[in-house]
Amino acid sequence: MAIRTEPFILNVGPQHPSTHGVFRLRVTLDGEVVVDVEPVVGYLHRGIEKLAEGRTYTQNIPFTDRLDYLASMTNNFAYVLAVEKLAQIEVPERAEYLRIIMAEMMRIASHLMAIGFFLNDLGAMMTPVLYMWREREKLLDLFEMVCGQRLTYNYMRIGGVSQDIPEEFLPALKKFVAEMPTFIDEYEWLLSQNEILLARTKGVGILPRDVAINIAASGPVLRASGVKWDIRKADPYSIYDRFDFEVPVGNVGDCYDRYWVRMQEMRQSVRILEQALEQLPGGEVYAKVPQLLRPPAGEVYGHIEAPKGELGFYLVSDNSIAPYRFHIRPPTLINLTALKDMVIGWKVADLIVTFGSMDVCLGEIDR
Amino acid sequence: MKFERYGIGIAKGMAITFKHLFRPPITVQYPEEKLVVSRRIRGNELVWFPDRCTGCATCAKSCPQGNIEIATHVGSENNYVVDKFELDAGRCMFCGLCVESCPYEALAMGVSYEQAQYRRGDLVWSKEELQPLNKRPSGYARPEIEAALPKQSLLIYGDKERDEGGQKLRLIPLSKKRGRGV
Amino acid sequence: MTLLEQFRLWLATILPGWEWLAYVVPAIVGIVVILGFVLTMVIVFIWYERRLLGRFQIRLGPNRLGPEGVFQPIATAVKILLKEDVVPEKGDKVLHWLAPVIVFVPVLMIFAVVPFGERAILADLNVGIVYVVAISSISVVGIYAAGWASNNKYALISALRTVAQMVSYELPLILAIVGVVLMAGSLSMTQIVASQDIPFFILQPLGFVIFFLGTLAELNRCPFDLLEADSEIVAGYHIEYSGMKFAMFYLGEYGHALAYSCIIATLFLGGWQGPLLPPIMWLVIKALVVFSTIVWIRGTLPRLRVDQLMAFAWKGLLPMAIINLFMIAAEVLWLPETMLWIMGAVNLILAAGLILMWSKLFTLGGGRVEV
Ligand code: SF4
Ligand code: SF4
Repeated sequence: MAIRTEPFILNVGPQHPSTHGVFRLRVTLDGEVVVDVEPVVGYLHRGIEKLAEGRTYTQNIPFTDRLDYLASMTNNFAYVLAVEKLAQIEVPERAEYLRIIMAEMMRIASHLMAIGFFLNDLGAMMTPVLYMWREREKLLDLFEMVCGQRLTYNYMRIGGVSQDIPEEFLPALKKFVAEMPTFIDEYEWLLSQNEILLARTKGVGILPRDVAINIAASGPVLRASGVKWDIRKADPYSIYDRFDFEVPVGNVGDCYDRYWVRMQEMRQSVRILEQALEQLPGGEVYAKVPQLLRPPAGEVYGHIEAPKGELGFYLVSDNSIAPYRFHIRPPTLINLTALKDMVIGWKVADLIVTFGSMDVCLGEIDR
Repeated sequence: MKFERYGIGIAKGMAITFKHLFRPPITVQYPEEKLVVSRRIRGNELVWFPDRCTGCATCAKSCPQGNIEIATHVGSENNYVVDKFELDAGRCMFCGLCVESCPYEALAMGVSYEQAQYRRGDLVWSKEELQPLNKRPSGYARPEIEAALPKQSLLIYGDKERDEGGQKLRLIPLSKKRGRGV
Repeated sequence: MTLLEQFRLWLATILPGWEWLAYVVPAIVGIVVILGFVLTMVIVFIWYERRLLGRFQIRLGPNRLGPEGVFQPIATAVKILLKEDVVPEKGDKVLHWLAPVIVFVPVLMIFAVVPFGERAILADLNVGIVYVVAISSISVVGIYAAGWASNNKYALISALRTVAQMVSYELPLILAIVGVVLMAGSLSMTQIVASQDIPFFILQPLGFVIFFLGTLAELNRCPFDLLEADSEIVAGYHIEYSGMKFAMFYLGEYGHALAYSCIIATLFLGGWQGPLLPPIMWLVIKALVVFSTIVWIRGTLPRLRVDQLMAFAWKGLLPMAIINLFMIAAEVLWLPETMLWIMGAVNLILAAGLILMWSKLFTLGGGRVEV
């Protein structure tokens, strides 16, 4: 006699330890096997795009902090780059270098967080998270030193950065850059060959190359699928063309590759930091820009390689003090569209792991 | 999926956690132990110097939240007299834009961060409460104040720096092995 | 003759005509002593795990209440007891109430046969180890009942996982025990300890490893903590429990950990045997060592997936346990009693060979299913 079975619907979230914010997955399960997934977003919607239309260009910078709150610096960076492109503002050399330093520090901090919580989703009770937080803490200390806060930095300004770095910053960062490779080695010892991690992630949640390109995925998610696409190389913004670094690429596009790509990117970021520290020139950090900037009418799309992917700002100016249209291209929202294809047929546990390996940030998805 | 490495990966991981057993914990036991915050800290506090303020309201205009409320009248020496200077900490996001924009350096961020209140109404700071009586202004966008503040404690130096804040943490020992790079 | 039996006989001599009292009093004394030991040790274990896990994770762990935070578990207990007892409206109320009891009671019953010293054992059953296996499996029923009665999908998934996991891991566990029994020549726990002049983990390394892994699964400890799986099914079967009932699960979990630590110590590490210190201290020390290893593993490893877990039990541990059992049987049969060291060496080589072979041969199946 066949037992009658039927799929059932499980609500993963909005309050769930592994949804990395307030996010809901409506999962249809057949036993443990995922039959259907429907992401439900919008729990963290704050209407930043609309709010920004009522504020001046400078006043919008603190709002960009609140997008991907694990990588505020790069959000600032993308936004000010877009505005500078719109208003054609030249940025002093030292400010460019400081921006790169901050962006790469941010990349390391964000990837540490991503890997740590990815492992937490895999079930390694907080240990990797806490090890990675130790390094992230050092970076946050440095951010705090420069701009006074640890999460919402609000450091970059249109035409430069808000303040020059204090003199204790450089020695501390140099020490960090010197130590970091050792710590990354340690993480690799702890994680990269762990059989359980391999068994759980190799071949799981594969995002094929063509699908990744079709959905316009970006960042480590795209590169893990074997596409060598990094905006720092493909469309060098700021002064990235002056640095020598590699773009790590995965070949399968499974969870392990995404993890591995992030790990390698941290090493590359350390390399960029090393070079930037060597080359850092003196001088001004802020080009004089009027407080009430009125960029010429027009539109612009500025994008950078944020830790989580291509972060873009589309701005339309009508020559007033506030943007006419302020649109954000959040990398993780677009990466997330592939989730359904990646997890159907896998188990619930794989769903959680795959979702974790995408490294989403709900502040950015819901805006 | 095979366990091709005979569990060596697991053993390596276990070795790393075992090594950490002998490293000093990085916990800061707040509130008994407090770290020295950055000299440029944007604490949950604003400090307003009434003698320097001209009532120009640049700060109010630059605030993204429209958070600063200023009312003035023209005084005897043809200057503005500030009647009302009110700031709602409940809405403030401590972005520091008002401090940066003040042309007379009459506004500064504060160092303090323990500012929780039981009522929302208590979060609205009046002119009197904003004055620098018992407050320590921070060095955010104010280089001369910054120079006078104590150095920030940094985890990267382990104890040496953290000790200044009453910390009792030893230096985190590092293995001598250098990184390989990719 | 155990200490309690001696006590009974002595009571019988001084209280002629009151034989029933001579049975009741020692029983009560025994129960009180065991309960005291278990509850104290559980509190110590809870505190110890938190502190040790904290140190593995370069943090401090609870250190506020009392010296080094030893009173933290008590504070936790008080907090839990003061919580409101929430029962899901559409759940099975009777079963919901019964489940924690079913989980907790067998754990206490295990301690009846744990030998704390040469004669310090509550009941020296001649089938001691069989009793342990039989009793400890009962908690599965409780966990399943909890998952079912909660009327919660997460709890249900967890309950089903539990049943599958327990059934799978019981087999290698028992086969490993049979190896020990063969060598000791008795099912009685005291006899097993007494026969360990050389601790059995040296003589049967593979059996020890299999038993240890089976224990981890039995205790739902990392990397087999699927039924609690914080990041997937939140807390699993006890997601709908609070207050005293939750405390029972909590106590049950740590009591189980304590019981199995003691049993590993008894079966493989020589139990209460040891120089200088009193026997009970040796048992506690050995149990703590076992438990520290469990915590260490928990502090390091991620968790397996449900199908990998099954594959590991059926394709990995079970065949190895069978081969191990046959080897030990052959050795016990043919090797003379005096050549124990040779036996240890042979078994060590066997263990290494089997592990190497299985690493190459054995695949964790599963993966994607077409839907
Ligand atoms: S800190 Fe920012 S939000 Fe607060 S009052 Fe100043 S400008 Fe407004
Ligand atoms: S900008 Fe400065 S001087 Fe002007 S009103 Fe504000 S605090 Fe006073």
